Amino acid sequence: MRAPTGPEVAVGDVLLSVENVSLAFGGVKAVSDVSFDIRKGEIRAIIGPNGAGKTSMLNVINGFYHPQDGRITFKGQTRGQMRPHDAAYGGIARTFQNVALFRGMTALDNIMTGRSLRMRRGFIWQLLRHGPALREEVEHRHRVEEIIDFLKIQEIRRVPVGRLPYGLQKRVELGRALAMEPELLLLDEPMAGMNIEEKEDMSRFILDVNDYYGTTIALIEHDMGVVMDLSDRVVVLDHGIKIADGTPDEVKNDKTVIDAYLGVAH
Amino acid sequence: MHLLYQIFIDPFVQMGTAPDLLVQTLWEGLVAGVLYSLIALGFVLIFKASGVFNFAQGIMVVFAALALVGFYQHGVPAFLALGLTVVVMLLLAFAVERLILRPLVNQPDIILFMATFGLTYFLIGFGELIFGGDPKVMISSQLGLPSGSYQIKMLGGFVQLQKIDIAAAIIASLMVAVLAIFFQKTRIGRALRAVADSHRAALSVGISLEQIWVIVWFAAGIVALATGIMWGARSNVSFALEIIALKALPVLILGGFTSIPGAIVGGIIIGVGEKIGEFYWGPLFGSGIEDWLAYVIALVFLLFRPQGLFGERIIERI
Repeated sequence: MRAPTGPEVAVGDVLLSVENVSLAFGGVKAVSDVSFDIRKGEIRAIIGPNGAGKTSMLNVINGFYHPQDGRITFKGQTRGQMRPHDAAYGGIARTFQNVALFRGMTALDNIMTGRSLRMRRGFIWQLLRHGPALREEVEHRHRVEEIIDFLKIQEIRRVPVGRLPYGLQKRVELGRALAMEPELLLLDEPMAGMNIEEKEDMSRFILDVNDYYGTTIALIEHDMGVVMDLSDRVVVLDHGIKIADGTPDEVKNDKTVIDAYLGVAH
Repeated sequence: MHLLYQIFIDPFVQMGTAPDLLVQTLWEGLVAGVLYSLIALGFVLIFKASGVFNFAQGIMVVFAALALVGFYQHGVPAFLALGLTVVVMLLLAFAVERLILRPLVNQPDIILFMATFGLTYFLIGFGELIFGGDPKVMISSQLGLPSGSYQIKMLGGFVQLQKIDIAAAIIASLMVAVLAIFFQKTRIGRALRAVADSHRAALSVGISLEQIWVIVWFAAGIVALATGIMWGARSNVSFALEIIALKALPVLILGGFTSIPGAIVGGIIIGVGEKIGEFYWGPLFGSGIEDWLAYVIALVFLLFRPQGLFGERIIERI
């Protein structure tokens, strides 16, 4: 896999920057004064022990949570609050820690929903299934089939996703996010609960997405081997505070990080 | 022995000896069933998209009908009044989304259900305030709906078909067909199904919950308006109409809460079952069984298919 190199991989401009973001639920501080950035074309890992605020951070980025403090700048636009569908329009796609698919729909329809943002024809045309609307549907279907080929899930595309094994559900979920042709892809533990073989497949897909589509990726992952292999830069959170930020090698040897993971007498 | 004969033999003998009456009863059941279907359809739409059992669907029927007649009584031409009522239903959808659904997002279903109770009583009070509590006559002829009836000579007797009933059946079928295609084939339809499955995931692909909710509540409002016109044309428009909404419950149990075809078939089974039951078995119980027979049919049905006729099969992985 990719050798953990330094700045020459992450050469792009800043795509998203998080500045001094704080988020609290009542009295519980989930994220305190965290700043970091994600550069165009890189794979950025967010790691940390359980309860470090990683998922909260992703939820802030795609607008599920509104931080009490701080600023987020995406593609040069700063915003305080944003709603999830605005994030989706802006080019942020995501997957979830415990798979959120449309269980009653087939894999194909699930991935098609990722295209719905890009469909422009009014529903009257779509009802008639005629003319421009039909052309549009065919065009989108074509893109979706490409993604299905890419993820090697051809044989399950007509299966309602509720019936698929977990590993494949995760793959369909990735497909749905890819169908949005996002600029920034947020992956929340894409390999949780997978066996080694499935993890290897998923790692391959993530690298390929990054290479072929040039998609910037931010991922949360617990498997340190995976994180070290995949990511260009790593940010480490603990108890909602950023404790380290750098290349995998730098982070791996950082004393605070080791303490956070292994525990230290306070 | 005599009782058994009365229950199991006699009704069928009657059906055989007077087939024209049987056809008449079936027809009336069918028409009632179509209207039950329409009400159930309103429930299904909202339940599918937001998981909310909308107790206010019944009162929405009354409210739409009252608004229509109310506009007309204030001198607005009939078709303009119809248009204005559609606008009212759209405003209602916006208001419901803004004032009820949005503040209560992510609350347990039971809370949303209770909120629709609140909506029901608000609409009753608000409706009475504006339109008054007295029953009104539906402006069916002004809207170009036919009155009178056809008499068809058949099976050695007469069968009488009300023209308004025929119109109701046609309009209801059209409405159902359009809605079914809408759900299956369009982007918004796909978004609706997506929202029904998972709010989180729907948000992440850029579906706006607010927009979808307004759309389904508006669609349910239009269905309510159609129901109100049809039902109002057969009796009066009054708050008593709200009771018929409760008939939608057995229909939903039969058809499944999430299925449009289920609402149709369920409505027709309940409608026909009720009329046939009342006509042939009613006298045994001293009549009046129409009011509760629907629930009995639904209960018996529940024993065999808890998920309803077309409801999604519940598979629990352990």
